[in-house]
Amino acid sequence: MSTRRHFMSQSAAAASALAFPLVAGAQPKTVKIGVLHPVTGALAYSGQQCREGALMAIEDINKAGGIKSMGGAKIEALLGDAQSTPQAGTAEVEKMNEAGVAAIVGAYASAICLATTQAAAKYNLPHVVDVGVADQIVERGLKNTFRFGPGYKKCAEIAVANLHVLNTAAGKPARTVMIIHEESLFGTGTANLLARELPGYGYEVKEVIKHANPTRDFNNIVLRMKAVNPDIVIPANYYNEYALLVRTMQQQKVTPKAIYSVLGGAASSYKFVKEFPEAANGIIDCNHWFNPKDKRSAELRKRVEAKGLFYTYEVFNTYTAMMLLADAINRAKSADRAAITDALEKSTFSDHFMPYGATKFVNGQNTGAQPLMTQVLKGDIKVIVPRDYREIDPVFPLRA
Amino acid sequence: MRDLASIALFVVVVACTPLVTQSGVALNFIMMALYACLLAQAWNILGGFGGQFSFGHALFFGTGAYVQAIAQQYGVNPWAALALALVASALVGVIVGALTFRYGLKGSYFALVTLAFAEVFRIVALSVPFTGGGVGLMVPLRESAANMQFATRAGYLWLVLALVTVALLVSAWLRHSRFGAYLQAVRDNEDAARAVGVNPFRVKLAAIALSGALMGAGGAFYVQVFQYIDPGIAYGPSTSVEALVAAIVGGMGTLWGPVLGALALHVLADLTRNLFGQLPGINMVIYGSVLVLIVMFLPRGIAGIGVPVRWLRAVRRGDRNG
Amino acid sequence: MLDFGILFPAVLNGLTTGAVYALVALGLTLIYGVLHIINFAHGAALMLALYAVYLLKEKLGIDPYLALVAVVPGMFALGYLLQRVVINRASHGKDENILLVTLGLAIVMENLALLAFKSDTRTIETAYTLTTVAIGPAMIALPKLIAFGGALVVSALMLLLMARTDLGRAIRAVAKEKHGARLMGIDVDHVYAMSFGIGLACLGAAACFLMPAYYVNPQVGGGFVLVAFTIVVLGGMGSFAGALVGGLLVGVVESLGGLYFGESLGQVGIFAIFIAVLLFRPQGLFGART
Repeated sequence: MSTRRHFMSQSAAAASALAFPLVAGAQPKTVKIGVLHPVTGALAYSGQQCREGALMAIEDINKAGGIKSMGGAKIEALLGDAQSTPQAGTAEVEKMNEAGVAAIVGAYASAICLATTQAAAKYNLPHVVDVGVADQIVERGLKNTFRFGPGYKKCAEIAVANLHVLNTAAGKPARTVMIIHEESLFGTGTANLLARELPGYGYEVKEVIKHANPTRDFNNIVLRMKAVNPDIVIPANYYNEYALLVRTMQQQKVTPKAIYSVLGGAASSYKFVKEFPEAANGIIDCNHWFNPKDKRSAELRKRVEAKGLFYTYEVFNTYTAMMLLADAINRAKSADRAAITDALEKSTFSDHFMPYGATKFVNGQNTGAQPLMTQVLKGDIKVIVPRDYREIDPVFPLRA
Repeated sequence: MRDLASIALFVVVVACTPLVTQSGVALNFIMMALYACLLAQAWNILGGFGGQFSFGHALFFGTGAYVQAIAQQYGVNPWAALALALVASALVGVIVGALTFRYGLKGSYFALVTLAFAEVFRIVALSVPFTGGGVGLMVPLRESAANMQFATRAGYLWLVLALVTVALLVSAWLRHSRFGAYLQAVRDNEDAARAVGVNPFRVKLAAIALSGALMGAGGAFYVQVFQYIDPGIAYGPSTSVEALVAAIVGGMGTLWGPVLGALALHVLADLTRNLFGQLPGINMVIYGSVLVLIVMFLPRGIAGIGVPVRWLRAVRRGDRNG
Repeated sequence: MLDFGILFPAVLNGLTTGAVYALVALGLTLIYGVLHIINFAHGAALMLALYAVYLLKEKLGIDPYLALVAVVPGMFALGYLLQRVVINRASHGKDENILLVTLGLAIVMENLALLAFKSDTRTIETAYTLTTVAIGPAMIALPKLIAFGGALVVSALMLLLMARTDLGRAIRAVAKEKHGARLMGIDVDHVYAMSFGIGLACLGAAACFLMPAYYVNPQVGGGFVLVAFTIVVLGGMGSFAGALVGGLLVGVVESLGGLYFGESLGQVGIFAIFIAVLLFRPQGLFGART
């Protein structure tokens, strides 16, 4: 009772001590980083995977000696739950700010990221965006926002260009396309871009189907697929719907020349490949992916799977985003927000296992960021394009 | 009037908080608590005073929010847009009210039909281009008081406080005016009210317009603070539920009930959010359990407790009258 | 698109999907018809039942249809206890309180599931998951056909229960006139609890039929709640025949609506019907005019 009545009059430090679960112990000299994700609510799975990636990165950084330029100061994570809404995310940013965090990593979902980056900007608090693919996030001129990975515009452009490359190399067997997307921000945005770009390359977009989250049954959409008979099906949606769609296609024996996903929810998911190997076989995805030639990713994957979790893009995206931040703090030689923001702006971070090369931020977007094209072949997910990262030759089309 | 005095005291105290503290956490908390109060009070006008339980108040919230966002796309000043948002939400209220009250929908039927309308609007908002469809709408960042975007939380706090004050004044007016008496008469026994010459249809219609307008103000405020709206946020059931839960928990049909309920639930949500952060989910289990317990032990809502603090005396009186 | 080869399968799809909706709605209509509760916890209860089916398959290898034997009574017990111990005590007889209690319960159930099972989606694999049956030009998934049969059977059982048993008569009496029933010596609290229990038992059956073709995660119940309410209203609150027919109808409307207007916009069809029924025939197709 007294806690409740006196809540508002507590000092910020006390508030942070009560409100934040402290991880990695309280060390004498630490750099506090806010780790903000939707770990409850509709986005709980992805939020929890992201958090896992962040915590493992912090563990690794601290084990390797912490922030060397600050005398080995350890990173201390302040965990926040965005509860799958922008309001809760914003409230957490306020708390993290008052708890004295040097920077924030988060918040997975685009809608939440829009709110949290803005709230952080009021305090010039650097905010590294881990996933959040909506391009609006980095188009508002906010000086504190840095996105390490690609946005959906980049993903759509690369996907279309590569489709053309694959198709041309195979003798142009595919001409018609059907896009199936989820109805909210990322699906609609991606579909709009695709529908705009594809005709320029000579493809006919026969139909664009939008579906709800959640969709309980895909039989009708698959029926439309049968009627329209597109050469290529392009899904852009979340895991559950993607899985249901592809399973329904398998059930109804609908086999297009290629299932070519762009940010497909289950298309490059080890979980999906493990649970539905037949349905997953041959699916191509243009999505966040790690550099297959870098051993560190494979090692991280082993550790993640040892915990009983799947090695999903949320994990490695957030892991590497945290690494980027740690590098910037190291170069800033302090936990001062302005110094870190400056260090991020000038970052050339390249000691990571993403296929981005050396980092270069322009208006908050890492221009080196790119998605990779993967294909599920022989029960595993392998990179097919671009050639520098190719692990296996693509099979395109899947059938004549 | 005692009501006016208590409202004045409340407003003055809350308005002074930004002068007392600079803490972003505290100011954000108060601002969001006031926002929750606004939503609860809006619902209370139709649900508490009017006895018509709406499960789809997001209908008005979303309309206000979208009008606020869309108007600014056409270069309309946000303050003018707010006025438009109020009108639009009231209008939607009148249309839905006219349909449902004309056909005599009451009780659960009314509740469910409002839910259905909110869903229809949500689905339509997803499909039409001028709402941005699934992509949603952003309000560009341009801080200035004239643009209803404030550099500090204090500005937003005073804005929402002003809206809450309006809602409080309306609620007080409902408690003491003839119209309010008609409305509560219709709530208590519609047939008897008709028998003494009250026109239930017109009274309920006015109530839903008023309730809708205030809810729409909440939506417009949301857009100004978070600068992004999409169909799910605008018309999704969570806002509807938030409004009605706060009003009922606080005490329906009273002046301060919605305020108390909104505040209590907001504090509860905030406190539990980061409890046991390693195990996400526990916080919501606690929240849900507390909700059940509150209902179990405070069946008339928080306002039903006779708290001998001076500024809550109005509540008790409201209970007896209401 | 008026091609029979597309229309016919779409209608069949709608019927089979609608059958599952009907199963979900059967419980809701009983709970509403008798207790006059709008059960906000219905979706969360379905989710718990789905997890039960999942666990029985994954840990004990029990086929979901065999699991009916365990899940249905289990859900009944859960429902009986919840109503008797929690809802009854908390509601103090006020409608709005019951609403809040079921809402609070829904939040608790959903997040307990989140704690216990984490948030990832789980599915089960059975031998017949991918099997389809050809009916004319349509290929209907076997689990969905079984669900259709199941819905018919459960509806029939419910009708029999209400018409032929003492319990059924007691339930109908309490639904019509609570005080009169009490005066006649009927234990109203017990009847309420039995009704809630039976309502959740129907969800148990729904879960067994749904799981082979679907998945489960803590939020899965939410997608069925609105549809279930629509069917209850359409069919007539308290009518089982109404829930069955309403479910099938809604399934077909959703299917055809999706076909003609797109999956997203097609959902409007369901709510348009909902509103139309509420305005013009609030007692629903089979309900009695109150």
